[in-house]
Amino acid sequence: MATTTASAGPAPERLRTVSLTQRLLARPAAGALIIVVFVFIVFAVLSTARGSSAFLSIAGVLNYVGVASQVGIIATAVALLMIAGEFDLSVGSLVGFSGIVIGIVSTVWGLPIWLGIIVSMILTTGLGVINGLIVVRTGLPSFIVTLATMFIIGGLSSVLVLTLTSITFIRIDPALIAADPLAQLFSWKLSLVFDGATSDLYVSVVWWILIAAVGAYILGRRKFGNWITGVGGSPIAARNLGVPVARVKITLFAATAFSASILAACQSMQFSSADIQRGGGWELQAITMAVIGGCLLSGGYGSVVGTALGALALGMASIGIVYASINADWYKIAIGLLLLTAVVLNNWIRRRFAGLR
Amino acid sequence: MNKRTLFTGLAGIAIVLGACNAAPATSTAKGPDGALVKRSDIKIEVVTHGQAIDGFWGVVRNGFKAGAADMGVTYNYNAPAAESDMPAMSALIDAAVAKHPTGLVVSIPNPDALSPAIKKAVAAGIPVVSMNSGSDVFKSLGILAHVGQTEFQAGLGAGQRFKDAGVKNGVCFNQEVGNQALTLRCNGFFTGLGLADPKAGKVLTGKISDPAGMQATIAAAIQTDPTIDGILTLGPSVAKPALAAVGASGKTIHLATFDLSADVLTAIKDGKMDFAIDQQQFLQGYLPIVILTNYAETRNLPTGDGTGLIMTGPGFVTKDSAADVIALSAKGLR
Repeated sequence: MATTTASAGPAPERLRTVSLTQRLLARPAAGALIIVVFVFIVFAVLSTARGSSAFLSIAGVLNYVGVASQVGIIATAVALLMIAGEFDLSVGSLVGFSGIVIGIVSTVWGLPIWLGIIVSMILTTGLGVINGLIVVRTGLPSFIVTLATMFIIGGLSSVLVLTLTSITFIRIDPALIAADPLAQLFSWKLSLVFDGATSDLYVSVVWWILIAAVGAYILGRRKFGNWITGVGGSPIAARNLGVPVARVKITLFAATAFSASILAACQSMQFSSADIQRGGGWELQAITMAVIGGCLLSGGYGSVVGTALGALALGMASIGIVYASINADWYKIAIGLLLLTAVVLNNWIRRRFAGLR
Repeated sequence: MNKRTLFTGLAGIAIVLGACNAAPATSTAKGPDGALVKRSDIKIEVVTHGQAIDGFWGVVRNGFKAGAADMGVTYNYNAPAAESDMPAMSALIDAAVAKHPTGLVVSIPNPDALSPAIKKAVAAGIPVVSMNSGSDVFKSLGILAHVGQTEFQAGLGAGQRFKDAGVKNGVCFNQEVGNQALTLRCNGFFTGLGLADPKAGKVLTGKISDPAGMQATIAAAIQTDPTIDGILTLGPSVAKPALAAVGASGKTIHLATFDLSADVLTAIKDGKMDFAIDQQQFLQGYLPIVILTNYAETRNLPTGDGTGLIMTGPGFVTKDSAADVIALSAKGLR
């Protein structure tokens, strides 16, 4: 979906034959696709070798796709932000904050759940706008600014919930969720029954794919997408060309926060509860996905589709390890190796096929 | 509730931010005549490894608060920013000792790291009571009493209950790998189930920050090993994902958890979970304040089991007792 490597459009005057493989590999998502296939094969072989075909069953697929969708929901916006040259380390704490607001409004104050979701979305997005404003106005690195707001938002959630409730885990009545019109958008699931066991396709998967599709469309086909790449590639050049750099960045910080509130709504409806610890550490997982997906830490280059594939790879690995009956202590090692492999692979592909840097 | 709660909440935030957790004595309770010190002069320092964001420790803190209010004494609560940050906790203990409090309450999640600081407190003549973790070391450090639950015994009790219910292949879900207390719970559980080597038991892991991941992990384990017929979770935040995974599997799998939450209690009441292990952590906050107040006033000291160990658990909440506990848990009192 990158703007730099056009596979469409009329051929230039001097024809150069480009093979299909080369054209496919020139896409920024190529590395991530290779990683997904690799992870899939590894765990399919390992789990089958250990006598369980569950990883390959529909139940298994739904299981790891559900896990991938969770961080995947925030990963699209995090990737766009990275392409624009910025980080948001506060996104994990925003997930916790957003869920707690839903819990406080609906359970503690006894107001309707739809109102809780809307209030939570407005407040959370507002915090994203504040992130963006601070970054743009102070000119400080977003890494530092959002590191600070990560602490502040995390602390704010603690103070808020402990002052109002004295417990950090707020239950939301499942009966109220079932009766609430807006909650359906986040609690819906498709249940498939095989041999008496139910497998659920959660609505978080739909949100994940939907957000990724919208993100990919904007990045690849809209003016705003060009602005994002331009802002990340060279902010000064972009500004000179008339790109509203500040507006682009603030919008992306807001979008990141907004996606955190969508994730929080999915979580709190699916598990009929809010927990202050939710989303802790997810900022780094989202960045991991974006990097596997081909995004550069320096900005200006990356892929939303690749990031979604990165989410799929991580989800597959985290649950595949259980299907393969491997001690879960190995998960972090696997993630680290995957990340390194992906970066090296992406780097190589970019130089060799995409003709960049 | 209403808008007033919001304003009270915001005011509360301001107070908490301003006062750094110092809780003034709100009660006018008076001690016995002839006491060595006046209750209004009693200042107790509390240093634990309990995070404000942890549901379990929220109840402990409510216990401290209630104990101090009932006794009419002042207490000050401190915990390091990260649960495992022992150097920071050690420094907090040093700082508390430097204030020459009437008494000190500590939890001892890591004896090696905290012993020097605690010994300094004892050497300075400050009465110390430990709570929650540290049941095996408090005596050797010169601590007066320990209020808590022994983790291995609690896990053992859960394992034995599962064995009695006919569980053959039980798994233990550890949401915080590296915490010694949780490892002991799993080991006790596997021993109770009758495993000769508790290390041979199957342990699943996950993070509270990722409920969908925990649910998927449990679902995957059930799909991979159809003989799993019992799951013990080590905290209430894991119970909900476990319930969802077990419910979806369509199998009869026994389920139990450490510690309580509204969800856990409702599931027990509805027969979806076997039981919850209750260490009654409210008392782990409440009792140390009462013990130190009495010790300061009259040098009276309960001896517990004879060594100073005062057990608050394991208690087991089952279908019969769940209904009563539900309302209390929602208020952070159980």
